[in-house]
Amino acid sequence: MPTILYEGQDYHCEPGESVLDCLIRQGVSVNYSCKAGACQSCMMVAVEGKPTPASQVGIKETLKAQNHFLICSCVPETDMQVAAPDQAGSRFDTAVLSVDKLSADVVRLRLARPDNYIYLPGQFLNLSNEAGAVRSYSLASVPELDDFLELHIRHVPGGLVSGWVAEKLQAGDTVTISQAAGQCSYLPGRETQPLLLVGTGTGLAPLVGIVRDALRQGHSGPIHLYHGSSTAEGLYLVSELSAMDEANAVFHYHPCVSRGTPPHGVQSGRATDVALADFAQLSGWRVFLCGREDMVKTMQKKSFLAGASIQDIFADPFIDSAGAGAANAV
Amino acid sequence: MSDTLFDRLGGEAAVDAAVDIFYRKVLADDRINEFFDGVDMDKQAAKQKAFLTMAFGGPNNYTGEDMRKGHAHLVERGLNDSHFDAVVENLGATLKELGVADDLIGEVAAIAETTRNDVLGK
Repeated sequence: MPTILYEGQDYHCEPGESVLDCLIRQGVSVNYSCKAGACQSCMMVAVEGKPTPASQVGIKETLKAQNHFLICSCVPETDMQVAAPDQAGSRFDTAVLSVDKLSADVVRLRLARPDNYIYLPGQFLNLSNEAGAVRSYSLASVPELDDFLELHIRHVPGGLVSGWVAEKLQAGDTVTISQAAGQCSYLPGRETQPLLLVGTGTGLAPLVGIVRDALRQGHSGPIHLYHGSSTAEGLYLVSELSAMDEANAVFHYHPCVSRGTPPHGVQSGRATDVALADFAQLSGWRVFLCGREDMVKTMQKKSFLAGASIQDIFADPFIDSAGAGAANAV
Repeated sequence: MSDTLFDRLGGEAAVDAAVDIFYRKVLADDRINEFFDGVDMDKQAAKQKAFLTMAFGGPNNYTGEDMRKGHAHLVERGLNDSHFDAVVENLGATLKELGVADDLIGEVAAIAETTRNDVLGK
């Protein structure tokens, strides 16, 4: 009979018993609701052992690829180690390769990629400063193309972690990062599907990773990247992305500024509005949204109402760290 | 011909086909969409799927108590019979759009109707 390892404890499964029933029977408190594979509230990660196909029906593809599964629908065939989705993490110490400015307030931090560090472009990691303060930052690098990890960090005035990165960190220092998490990534398949990516500020970082990954994997449908900022000074990687646009027939870069007169080649208006004006019908599109939480949530709804399937909208809202503790990348 | 309503509707594939259409109708419906402001759309879509599975006569373990607890905060914000009716109407319109026969739509609406008192905390 299979054994389930959860939070350091072994639980033996009865024949035909689901992982959820096994844990409940033995008095473990876990989240669940429908017990029918529909509500997804019992989702966990298989750290060891393979989830059964039945337990991954209806789960977002990016989560499937990371061994997420529904414990109510998994009658295990082998021993498994399972963990709650946000507690599967481990920590890595790694070296700073470079710190340089991409714009007046955005810093590019490149770190050595630790051995066995597995991630999908578009995921984020947690970076700890020397005092133990933690912030989340999205990865702009692609494991198959880059031997480093790249983060874009907005230097927040008084920011505990961003200030430390911008003012103190130097090449050769050692920093602590978590494993990567998040489900805003490009997965292969349906390579002719049009892609819409909209990001504000350093929401560009994961989107750059996703675009490079899609191109690397031979995506042949059109890829439209909208990067928004209030002012032209807030845009960054403009020449790099323009060059990528030139070099790739399927890739289209749309920088946008919402205030003032835009420079040549930059569109006027908020990135979300400009994107929806260009593409009012998003039926059949895959959509990626990264940046300020209010922008991401609003655009998620608008994209859905414009016809994109909920399964095809990948959103990574950056929660402002001011009130939220260890929140996503601001 | 299969026996259960869930099978006759097309099972899980039918739920998958319905969930986007249904949720889109609900979000576009000004009579009820304020109740969905600020929710996590991925989680909400999963809940819609659980609801549709139940209304289609499919496998579920929902209890009246779950329904009461899950909607109590909305009842406090004024959720009432007119909103419940609007949801059932959107459900019917979704099935119609998918080409489901009227008698089956009636059966689905009847199942949805059994949750009214629990949803509205009566």
